[in-house]
Amino acid sequence: MAKKPIGPVRRDFAPWDDPQARPYIEFRNVTKTFGDFIAVDDLSLKIYEREFFALLGGSGCGKTTMMRMLAGFETPNAGEIFLDGQNLAGVPPYKRPVNMMFQSYALFPHMSVEANVAFGLKQEGMPKAEIGERVEEMLKLVKLQDFARRKPHQLSGGQRQRVALARSLAKKPKVLLLDEPLGALDRKLREETQFELTDLQYELGMTFLIVTHDQEEAMTMADRIAVMDKGRIVQIATPAEIYELPNSRFVADFIGDINLMECKLTAREGDVSSLHAPVFGCDIKISQAVDANIGDTVWFAIRPEKVRISFEEPESRVNALKGEVWDIAYLGDVSIYHTHIANEETVRATVANRSRVVERPMSWDDEVWLSWDADAGVVLTR
Amino acid sequence: MRQGPSWFNVTSLVLGFAFLYLPIVLLVVYSFNESRLVTVWGGFSTRWYAGLLDNQQLLDAAWVTARVAFFSATIATVFGTLAAMVLARSGRFLGRTLFSGMVYAPLVMPEVILGLSLLLLFVAVDQARGFWTIIIAHTTFAMCYVAVVVQSRLAGFDRSLEEAAQDLGCPPFRTFFAVTLPIILPGVVAGWMLAFTLSLDDLVIASFTTGPEATTLPMKIYSQVRLGVTPEINAVCTILVGLVTVVVVFASIITRRQEAARARDMRQAEAQL
Repeated sequence: MAKKPIGPVRRDFAPWDDPQARPYIEFRNVTKTFGDFIAVDDLSLKIYEREFFALLGGSGCGKTTMMRMLAGFETPNAGEIFLDGQNLAGVPPYKRPVNMMFQSYALFPHMSVEANVAFGLKQEGMPKAEIGERVEEMLKLVKLQDFARRKPHQLSGGQRQRVALARSLAKKPKVLLLDEPLGALDRKLREETQFELTDLQYELGMTFLIVTHDQEEAMTMADRIAVMDKGRIVQIATPAEIYELPNSRFVADFIGDINLMECKLTAREGDVSSLHAPVFGCDIKISQAVDANIGDTVWFAIRPEKVRISFEEPESRVNALKGEVWDIAYLGDVSIYHTHIANEETVRATVANRSRVVERPMSWDDEVWLSWDADAGVVLTR
Repeated sequence: MRQGPSWFNVTSLVLGFAFLYLPIVLLVVYSFNESRLVTVWGGFSTRWYAGLLDNQQLLDAAWVTARVAFFSATIATVFGTLAAMVLARSGRFLGRTLFSGMVYAPLVMPEVILGLSLLLLFVAVDQARGFWTIIIAHTTFAMCYVAVVVQSRLAGFDRSLEEAAQDLGCPPFRTFFAVTLPIILPGVVAGWMLAFTLSLDDLVIASFTTGPEATTLPMKIYSQVRLGVTPEINAVCTILVGLVTVVVVFASIITRRQEAARARDMRQAEAQL
């Protein structure tokens, strides 16, 4: 089945759509409990070679436990983990061909930058001359050649982050694990580093597994994202698919901003479905074959930037709502209009501020019409 | 509004310090006394210090004490560090409360009881008492002090450092020496120094566990004082006080310098941003 790609496509790379492709990392029915708490619940996951994979979720969703099990710091209660065909059960952390970049960076405070980067290579028993070369290469990669003799406490936060990266890359591991790698950096530096990491991953051709609670971080860097909740994976897809076609209200709500309306499925004709939203008093037509029975409760979800807002009444009453501007959030690049519909329900519409002067600006309490296209929203059944 | 220290505060401060340090000052002053009578000032002299060098018994006792302190502090540091690692790391295990209780018991146990029970043990196993039995005894009670000091250092230790080392291919045993030990070293050294000084001035436990051929300096001083305080004893004690003062001052200077250098480095790193 040829799938129509959604959103920007990255360099024709989609091994997950190829049934012949061999997974590089595989979690098979893995469960991990801490006392009564189930951190990871019967979870299976396949990650492919050279993939930049993100585990995304709130705190306590099990994402960090997944990474720690792969690194060998936690042992699953049930299930198996494979890396490049090898079962990792019983392999101690110091014998696994993965390296991790820790959230706290975990730089050895008593060693210089150089010694930190060389540490892993020394354990391997690499000859001294070769170690020197590799360390130089790694420091060059992260642009820290001039800081080789410094101690970690003599570096700024961003520099420490790069040392940690160099140290975890030095052994050229099969898989690099990144635990909230950019959490401690300020916004500017974070955006810069995001792109650096993506470039680096492409250049080195390594498999990256990143754990984060920051959806922006996951969306900008990852090839695929697994959204996790309560020890389970809710959805695995590319960033664009996760954003445009969330498979549940949880994912829709977790990623970005969304308007949700409870609806009844009223009709289904081929690829077109009709819904009625009683609370909003609105009929919706959508070009999606909804997998539910007529009369079932479903949810219509639409992103605020896909909702049009205007003074003119649209031609059709389908996919349209009448409301009153209740609040306007001016963010500079965009404005978010919070519009009250009947029963105090709110629908948000985001409008890009394309020009400085608007002929007839919208204001509080103005009566407006909201409308959207048949392919703008998505219907969720759970 | 600025107020100077009140009369009451100044007086209590002076009296407090006098209570603590006047005896030591007197001891130091009288060690330079020309007169053989301890309480009568007969002019300045260093003859008692010179005399020390000829007092073979005293020198022997000092040598025994130094060796006992060195060995017992070293052994106590090894065991105390291990105990601290277990207490800080192993989480909850069967008998943890009992174990930690037993590690810390010597802190509050009366020395007489500790000494007596050790003596009974040595007698029971028919161990000839002397140099090594003192070392064993000192090790047992100094160990808990080391454990306390090292455990406080381990409390602030970032476990991810050890995980990082293992992640980079370093087995656990090697990780301890490559990463853990260098970082907790200040605590270990402090523990060693504490154990060393505790052993240095212990009289009670050493008296219980020693045999005929091993006499430590405190035992020697005590036995001589019973025959009357001599200026010679004052001189020995002055040297001890001086030694301890020098070590403490030296250690604090090193710590302060390191901290200042660290703070300066941090400021520089921030300024480069």
